[in-house]
Amino acid sequence: MEDSLLVDWSRAQFALTALYHWLFVPLTLGLSFIIAIMETIYVKTGNIIWKEITKFWMTLFAINFAIGLATGIIMEFEFGTNWSNYSWIVGDIFGAPLAIEGLMAFFMESTFFAIMFFGWDKVSKQMHLTSTWLVAIGSNLSALWILVANGWMQNPVGMKFNVDSARFEMVSFWDVVFNPTGYSKFLHTIGSGYVMGALFVVGISAYYLLKNKDTIKAKKSIVVGATFGLITSMFLILSGDESAHQVAQHQPMKLAAMEGLYDGHKRASIVAIGQLNEDKKIGDDTDEFIWSIEVPYALSILGFHDMNAYVPGINELVYGDNDGHKIISAKEKIAKGKIAIEALKSYKEAKKFKDDVKASAHLTIFRAHEKYFGYGYLKDEKDIVPNVSLVFYSFHLMVGLGSWFLVLFFLILYFSMIGKIEKKRILLYSALWSIPLGYLAGELGWIVAEVGRQPWAIQDMLPVGMATSQIATSAVQTTFWLFAIIFTSLLIAEIKIMFTQVKKGMEDH
Amino acid sequence: MIYNIFKGIFSLYIDGFKNMKVGKLLWKIIAFKFVVFILIMKIFFFPNFLKTNFNTDEQRSSHVLENLTKG
Repeated sequence: MEDSLLVDWSRAQFALTALYHWLFVPLTLGLSFIIAIMETIYVKTGNIIWKEITKFWMTLFAINFAIGLATGIIMEFEFGTNWSNYSWIVGDIFGAPLAIEGLMAFFMESTFFAIMFFGWDKVSKQMHLTSTWLVAIGSNLSALWILVANGWMQNPVGMKFNVDSARFEMVSFWDVVFNPTGYSKFLHTIGSGYVMGALFVVGISAYYLLKNKDTIKAKKSIVVGATFGLITSMFLILSGDESAHQVAQHQPMKLAAMEGLYDGHKRASIVAIGQLNEDKKIGDDTDEFIWSIEVPYALSILGFHDMNAYVPGINELVYGDNDGHKIISAKEKIAKGKIAIEALKSYKEAKKFKDDVKASAHLTIFRAHEKYFGYGYLKDEKDIVPNVSLVFYSFHLMVGLGSWFLVLFFLILYFSMIGKIEKKRILLYSALWSIPLGYLAGELGWIVAEVGRQPWAIQDMLPVGMATSQIATSAVQTTFWLFAIIFTSLLIAEIKIMFTQVKKGMEDH
Repeated sequence: MIYNIFKGIFSLYIDGFKNMKVGKLLWKIIAFKFVVFILIMKIFFFPNFLKTNFNTDEQRSSHVLENLTKG
């Protein structure tokens, strides 16, 4: 049986590593394209100032890339040590996308990286520009394959569970690659990286304008950053809409938690802003919110692209709803899951005694209940509900910040175009202080995605409690604190090196 | 022809490394991470549980199945 302390520490360690890794990835994704755009302007115009601008941002890109390098590999270590059941079970599915990532994207990225940094006077302008674009494309392709894997965990498709090897085996590679949850997640995630890159360029450029330093280059940079940010912010809204639509289809509990929706409705509203009632319990009659401002119909439209659509709440998903919506209760799913587990156990024993007739009969029972397999490990029907407060506030804060970034980019671009940006000091300070807010929004997005799908490691198939290895909790605690110290030190190093470079100004890079 | 291509690639890296400014510090950080993450962490703190404790894939799948079906 699961050791809840071990599961909690394993989850905490993975969360720490993933959140830390995500401090570096978005800037790589976004800044790489902004640099490519800046260099394109240089090649098109021949204006040497654009070369200097490109080289400055490239230096900051390199700092971020170097400090972030290999932080993701820690998660692979954790899979093998802390999450061995999970690693074994998904090995066949994850092998292909991760191998493609390693072979194609990573090598493309790293090969052209050298030309991008060392090749300024060694190769032609066109060759250098091509390399810069390929670094950007390679970075983004790396993200594609990781997010295909993550999307599969949220919505497992294109696979079949092999009862003899205890592995999910890939039936259709293309179903896995074109999993709608995977690609909507990819688009939304890279979109957030682009916005982060834009916030970084706009924020640092704003700093120079506030200090009255390198103003010509800062003004040119801020226009590129704000334009890129404005376009990608709109893209982020569209991809977020598709992402929420996929959540509604495949992870209704996550959607209910995102909106603090306890009772399902037709023509459901979105809570634009509100305060959850912390005393609210699943199944009781108390109000969900202490106060809230709602947008009518918006949740039905967001989730199902239909203003009259019914959106199930936490209560319906836990207790079921036979009132026309045919939602099976968690209790019933748990019972079906237990039948699947028992059938798998009996199948295994029948195979051991080479009784093929019995084995076949048990396998038929297993397949009939396989859909609810993971539920059989849950102890209580309420276990299917994630931490509603954390998911709700993370989601709403993320959306609020995303909206602010859109307004910020618009204002920055507008005042830049009319030549008054230097006089708008409050706006410039806001841009500077929006850099950490961009990081916060990205991390909140991951909290929504990953906390919102609890208790599942693989949606409906494998709860986190069954995914862990049987190792000592103290070993996980030790490495948790080791990572916390190393990661914090690296983060301090990055901030220090970055600040030093920024303070030097945009000359001589 | 091939010699010149290799010579060009070689000098790209050599000159690139020689002329690095902040890059030298970054390479030191990358080397530090390589030692700490790959050599120390992986070897001493993160052994692959299934590879360390079982010799064959059959044993590994049996172990996982055992975990999945024990009451």
